[in-house]
Amino acid sequence: MAVKALKTAEFDGAIQGSHVAVVDFWADWCGPCKMVSPVIDGLEKAYGDRVLVAKVNVDDEHELAARFGVSSIPTVIFFRDGAEVERKIGVQTAGVYQAILEANL
Amino acid sequence: MSYDVLVIGGGPAGLSAAINVRARNKQVLVVSNPMEESPLWKAEQIDNYLGLPGVTGPEMLRVMHRHAQAAGVEFREGKVLNTMHMENAWYVSIGSDMESAAAIVLAGGVSRGKKFPGEEELLGKGVSYCATCDGMLYRGRPVAVVGYGDSARKEASFLEGIGCKVTYFHRPGSCSIQGSGKVESITCDGKTAAVDCVFLLRPTMAPTELFPGLAVEGGYVKVDRRMATNLPGVFAAGDCTGLPLQVAKAVGEGLVAGQSAAAYAVQNGQGR
Repeated sequence: MAVKALKTAEFDGAIQGSHVAVVDFWADWCGPCKMVSPVIDGLEKAYGDRVLVAKVNVDDEHELAARFGVSSIPTVIFFRDGAEVERKIGVQTAGVYQAILEANL
Repeated sequence: MSYDVLVIGGGPAGLSAAINVRARNKQVLVVSNPMEESPLWKAEQIDNYLGLPGVTGPEMLRVMHRHAQAAGVEFREGKVLNTMHMENAWYVSIGSDMESAAAIVLAGGVSRGKKFPGEEELLGKGVSYCATCDGMLYRGRPVAVVGYGDSARKEASFLEGIGCKVTYFHRPGSCSIQGSGKVESITCDGKTAAVDCVFLLRPTMAPTELFPGLAVEGGYVKVDRRMATNLPGVFAAGDCTGLPLQVAKAVGEGLVAGQSAAAYAVQNGQGR
């Protein structure tokens, strides 16, 4: 399954419907986001059966970016039972994201 | 596309590394600021470079640049913001682009200036090093640009173009950034501006910011005789490795780093 691109209207339902979710806030014009993108794809491959792995384009979904106070991208936010548990701003290695997922599964 | 070697920095060390990668018929990309922003550009006269007594900084840079171009070196103007090692390749973000290479030569010179008070704490919370990355998040809002050269002015114009209200601080002596949880204002040389974001556009990122885990010694990148750092496939040359900060030393180290990086790319590149 590919990483799910979430729109504002479906966001809350998707996050609340997943025990654990990870969301990558990104945009086309952001070089560092392009580096994180394959890492997020890797998370989907490794955890996709247990975790919602999604992305939000901050250009298309201003509201979501503003609601979560995303002020620098890439920002990757982790949710557990619908509530934010952690966020990582900027480029991180796969291991950093995996450790957070493992701690919340 | 993917390169064998990506060189960060277009001064004597970087260009020397690049032509030596080309001498082994490998593909190389040099990422750098415009030549005119090199510290060497300001040198009025260089008297200790063998065979070229009295040459000026601009003359030297132009002739080295021409040599590299003739050798088939590719160039990209911009600043490397992040790097990541993944599956035998280095991924590098340059403004809104990304490139990859089997090996890296770090030849970005010395980063001058310390971090400002508030910079570390508010990084990602309104402090940004990349106007093209984060500018769009601040459309219609007040931002500050702390700039050190023409490329920073261009980035400030880009921000104005997308609707940011820009206060520009040109080469300030000292700044501090205030805010709790997010940026609220910046004060540079006694002048304060209330802003939502501060873009710090320094000419060079500190090597340890670019490469987390990079070993340094006395403020300089630690290298061995092959100019290898402690990170796989990352070599360093020139001023960033330490004193003396001289062109001849940079060119020699660039040669070694270029050869080492090309050899590394042959051994570890993906079928190139």
